[in-house]
Amino acid sequence: MVAHLVRLKLTLLRNALRRSVWQVVGLVVALLYGLGALAIVVGSMAVLSVQEPDIRGLVTVLLGSVLVLGWWVVPLIAFGLDSTIDPARFVTFAIPRRSLLTGLALGGVIGVPGVVTVGAALAMAGVWWRTPAALAVGVVCSVLAVATCVIGARATTSAASTLVTGRRFREVMAGVAVLPIIVVGPVIGRVTSGTTITQDLLQQVADAVSWTPFGAVWAVPADVADGQWGLAAARFGIAVATIAVVAFVWDRALAHALVNPAHQKVSSKGRGLGWFDRLPATPLGAVTARCLTYWARDPRYALAVAVVPVLAIVLYIVSPGGGVVLLIGPIAAYLMGWGISADVAYDGTAFWTHVAAPLRGTADRLGRVIAAGVIAVPAVTVLVVASALVADQPHTIPALLGLSFGVLLTSLGGSSVLSALVVYPVQLPGENPFQTKQGASTASVVSQLVGWLAVMALCLPEMILALMSVRGGSVVLGWVTLVVGLVLGSVLLTVGVRVGGRTLDRTGPSLLSKIVAFA
Amino acid sequence: MSNAPALELRGLWRKFGDKIAVSGIDLVVPAGSFYGLVGPNGAGKTTTLSMSTGLLQPDFGTVLVHGHDLWANPIEVKAMLGVLPDGVRLFDRLTGEQLITYAGLLQGLDRETVAARATDLLAALDLTADATKLVVEYSAGMTKKVALACALVHAPRLLVLDEPFEAVDPVSAANIRDILGSYVRSGGTVIVSSHVMDLVQRMCDHVAVIAAGHVLAAGTIDEVRGDGSLEDRFVDLVGGRVSGEGLAWLRTSSD
Repeated sequence: MVAHLVRLKLTLLRNALRRSVWQVVGLVVALLYGLGALAIVVGSMAVLSVQEPDIRGLVTVLLGSVLVLGWWVVPLIAFGLDSTIDPARFVTFAIPRRSLLTGLALGGVIGVPGVVTVGAALAMAGVWWRTPAALAVGVVCSVLAVATCVIGARATTSAASTLVTGRRFREVMAGVAVLPIIVVGPVIGRVTSGTTITQDLLQQVADAVSWTPFGAVWAVPADVADGQWGLAAARFGIAVATIAVVAFVWDRALAHALVNPAHQKVSSKGRGLGWFDRLPATPLGAVTARCLTYWARDPRYALAVAVVPVLAIVLYIVSPGGGVVLLIGPIAAYLMGWGISADVAYDGTAFWTHVAAPLRGTADRLGRVIAAGVIAVPAVTVLVVASALVADQPHTIPALLGLSFGVLLTSLGGSSVLSALVVYPVQLPGENPFQTKQGASTASVVSQLVGWLAVMALCLPEMILALMSVRGGSVVLGWVTLVVGLVLGSVLLTVGVRVGGRTLDRTGPSLLSKIVAFA
Repeated sequence: MSNAPALELRGLWRKFGDKIAVSGIDLVVPAGSFYGLVGPNGAGKTTTLSMSTGLLQPDFGTVLVHGHDLWANPIEVKAMLGVLPDGVRLFDRLTGEQLITYAGLLQGLDRETVAARATDLLAALDLTADATKLVVEYSAGMTKKVALACALVHAPRLLVLDEPFEAVDPVSAANIRDILGSYVRSGGTVIVSSHVMDLVQRMCDHVAVIAAGHVLAAGTIDEVRGDGSLEDRFVDLVGGRVSGEGLAWLRTSSD
């Protein structure tokens, strides 16, 4: 049965690759990237293994802990977890849960992150080649570490997904995202300030971490190499217990999920017609009203907004009192402007309503832009002013506003074009927010990358002006930035909406048939 | 153009990858008819209806709605159409009332007209009590009904309904049949697709049998069925009946 599940995962991967060239391109790019990272790890481990004084234990514990932490936390805040073999699909088959768990865990290793992790873990064991006993223990611990990563990722996502059904999504999400960042933040802050960091400090951190679930497994070979068998046994115990706990959590969560399929509870009633009553009774007004309603009711949009305050906190922690926090305005502007770049994909098959109606593409584009703008403009303004005051640099406000609005308008325009050209599978509303869709990675990564580069290139004038103004302390240049940002951004937005609208008039039906094919 | 057929399909083709879903369909739906489209699973009914309503671009062929070329002037022609597709979602984070309002406003109706018609439609389809509930919480049958309301709200000249009775309870189905019947009597044209031969025979005046992307028979119900029932004629045309003898092992309860 376990072999079946692994084979199923491989078959799904192969079929996905056969389906589109872009899948292959995406996988190759990801693989090159992953192999590059792996080469760096292997190379540095090789150097490390002969390094004097001996810092092998220090480095492997720190690096390994970051790896485990990454597996556990990243799917919660970013990419989600690959759901090609979703446990819910096996509900009707009589598969013992133990086999299902083992199969799913092994399936989780298949893929670029899994392969790179296995390679890196083995390289970190290879560091101990000068001490055969430590090397042997290290290989065993590497296997355990990979298991900790993969099973832990499943445990955190499935446990979190049982928590976030319903309206509390936003708060829980923000909380989950903030917690690890608050822990990591001060460390990053010290690293960037560069003065207080010493090997002693790192050694203290490593010693502490090596007693936690993240680091224990990586510290065992070092203890063996030092001949500290008691310590090694204790940490090995922690490592095994960690796996047992995460496996138990996952098992419980899975058992619960199998009989209680994910279901978004949205039991609140709408009052009246909401935005439909307040906006003009035109097709454009209707699209705007619908989008605004979705920004409030659809957790996928709420997520885009929820990231912003988290980011503000991170930037502040990285450098309290420094200028880094000033970046929040432009970054938030980009995130919120780019947030509608997958808007048609977010509509899902419901997009047929727009295709079947005598709706012009420009009205569709403009409605979405206005809705996003209504939320983004006040948010960005508040963030810019607040960040300038926090950093005690109020004279930078005009320049930052110019840059932020330039970025916002440009990315709204870019989104309008992009979402008329490309759709890729996304979560449907109400689906587990921590799963990524098969095939999502490739098309989304490529189009996001191209779009990001395009927006950056088009924003260069206000970026350069803002930089000169903030660096040189020139208020006049700041006002120039504001004018340039607003004018250039408005022009680009107009072009984006026009081009996107005309494109959508042409591509609407084919976008719809692509979305139907995903479903 | 007043005597042009409500819908005329000329040589429609559509391929998905290597599979030809619709291969050269010609069909004339007279204005004022209640037209049934029947066929086995995978016959190409949904594909044909999607191409007839502007949701799916045909590879070849022409779609004329009341004499106007749909794919040449999509914006103008779509205003004449009311569409209920099958197997797609709705904007289900809106309430039922909001969704009907949205459909009406997208068609360019003014606020008062939309409000009045939404109220009427909700009452006629027995959804008034659930008007302020989000559509995502509706049952399958209620979702079908609210989608039908969206298709009707702008009083289109041609209604194209893909499986409108699926999952709808018998009482609501009877109400919908009444609504559609009086709509046809007042001069509108309805096209429905269905698996249920009996329903089509009772409700429609014209029928077309589609299988494997071709039209096998088309005309008035009486022309198509001849002496037998529509169901017998359908099985004759489409073929594929197998006897149930093969699955002897399925009788687990007999021993």
